[in-house]
Amino acid sequence: MNVFCVGISHHTAEVEVRERYAAASRTEVFMRERCGCAEALVLATCNRVEVYAAAAQAIATDEIARSLGGNESSSPAEADEFYRYEGVECARHLFRVAAGLDSMVVGETEILGQTKKAYAQAREAGTAGPSLHRLFQRAFRVAKQVRSRTDITRGAVSVGSVAVELAVKIFGDLANRKALVLGAGETSERTARALAAHGVTDLRVSNRSFERGQDLANRVGGRAVPFAEWKEQFRDIDILISSTSAGEPLLTAAMLSPISSERADRPLFIIDIAVPRDIAPEVNELEGVYLYDIDSLQTIAAQSLAQRRHQIAAGEEIIAEHVSAFAEFLEGGKTGRRHAEMMEREPLSEAPLRPSES
Amino acid sequence: MDRQLLLLSTICYFVAVVRAVLIVRAGTFRPGRFNFLMVVLGFALQTGFLSMRGHALGRCPLTNLFEVFVFLAWSVALIYLLVGPTYRLSLMGAFTAPVVWLIQTLALLAPIDVPASLRLPANPWLEFHASISMIAYGAFALAFVAGVMYLVQERQLKTHHLHSIFYQLPPLPDLFAAITRLLWLGFALYTAGLASGFFTGQPLPLVKVFCAFAVWLFYAAILHGRHLRRLAPKRVAALCIVAFTAAVSVLWGITFAAQNSSLR
Repeated sequence: MNVFCVGISHHTAEVEVRERYAAASRTEVFMRERCGCAEALVLATCNRVEVYAAAAQAIATDEIARSLGGNESSSPAEADEFYRYEGVECARHLFRVAAGLDSMVVGETEILGQTKKAYAQAREAGTAGPSLHRLFQRAFRVAKQVRSRTDITRGAVSVGSVAVELAVKIFGDLANRKALVLGAGETSERTARALAAHGVTDLRVSNRSFERGQDLANRVGGRAVPFAEWKEQFRDIDILISSTSAGEPLLTAAMLSPISSERADRPLFIIDIAVPRDIAPEVNELEGVYLYDIDSLQTIAAQSLAQRRHQIAAGEEIIAEHVSAFAEFLEGGKTGRRHAEMMEREPLSEAPLRPSES
Repeated sequence: MDRQLLLLSTICYFVAVVRAVLIVRAGTFRPGRFNFLMVVLGFALQTGFLSMRGHALGRCPLTNLFEVFVFLAWSVALIYLLVGPTYRLSLMGAFTAPVVWLIQTLALLAPIDVPASLRLPANPWLEFHASISMIAYGAFALAFVAGVMYLVQERQLKTHHLHSIFYQLPPLPDLFAAITRLLWLGFALYTAGLASGFFTGQPLPLVKVFCAFAVWLFYAAILHGRHLRRLAPKRVAALCIVAFTAAVSVLWGITFAAQNSSLR
């Protein structure tokens, strides 16, 4: 039985093309019946649409591509954007995908959850047999090893997630923390949402236009505060996200200093996303105040991404070991037999998803 | 034989220190079992040394400056092994190993392993006083270590230079909770040690009593300041470092003076 993978990803196709194939959402059953594969699994995410299949006979890439998107949506030019991996190379590709090495944001963990879900669906539909079972169970183990043995997932890589990571370091648990969003920009909304997703329950929004502030407050599950009253919130809040279009600093060390001394035990985390900046840099000198502007946050995100990219080689080494074991298994070697025996002992049900993967 | 055990123990801590330094420099720090195992092995060898010394002396091995420092290093490792995993401060191993290694190396290199000229009969109160005070020092040492970890992280947050170790450090409130608990633990043990000193039936040198009370008062002032919220967490962390450094200096001074006077 030949195991192979045909698909498109952010490496080969524009988002419009990926969207069209993802929207067609062909099921494993459809793929099996249409193409005559013995086993089939469809992995469709925002960055890739792939079919993993096992078949006794050769099936052309064009045939798979047409079936995946529907005849009407595929053109000869689009078919060129499809890649194909067979046997050991198919295993290598899947291991890289599951470990997050092939992702747009290297090391992201969501893809592992999506792969596990796709595998669960295929098992439920009865289209994933022994070949895909062995391949995917191995892929899940490889992904786990890459995550635990390298720093590929370390550090946040977006402004919102960097802000959350820093907030957790400063406050520990974010539950019951209070945040004030000053201005109603898109980045501040994303940051506020990220904080809310991590437990911040008291979100206040203050904007020059009260209506816009009210809108944002409704969207993030917070409450609007009149712009004239934003300074009064400082006695209460733990986190300030500022992104107004004021031309000069709204908050200086001299303004914050009297309040700061009253908050001896309560740190204040200020995220200044505005350009020009809303908060005077010397505010960071005050004890218990941690000020991060957009440059600082982006620098940390870029450093994390660079660190993740450095870890790709280490991840590839782990994958190479598993690929050679898998190759031996395909050839029926000693290691391969051990691998096969091990796989036979493994339960067929998929591993439970971590919260970060679901 | 007993010094060889101690030498091996010091090598274990040294290996843990070197490994931690290398991986911190490489920017890939992650707490692992290796450092913890090195501390466990080092602790087992220290225990072997103290046990052999104790049997040879027929009492708790705290008869000279060398033994005091080894007992102190053992107490630090003991408190780490008891408290570190409880507070999920596994990273503490990387910070504790250098402290233990430094104390033991100094003890091994300095010519301070001088047999006591006066062999006092076994005195349970005296042994309780000495050993419980040393274990209190162990707790203060761990508060010192947690204080260093707090200040390292606070500094990185302030300067925005996040090193790989930053991602492995517990959040600031968790570290501060550990500092506070270790201070209270050390203070309670030290108070018990101080009080038991009055029941030993031995003459109490005024300087020794004064110094012991000075250390007690220093820690009492930190805890009082914290209780009244007069001291911010960062100050408490910094004071833990100052207080332990002062306490060890006092301990060295007192023991060194006592050793010299007994030799004269």
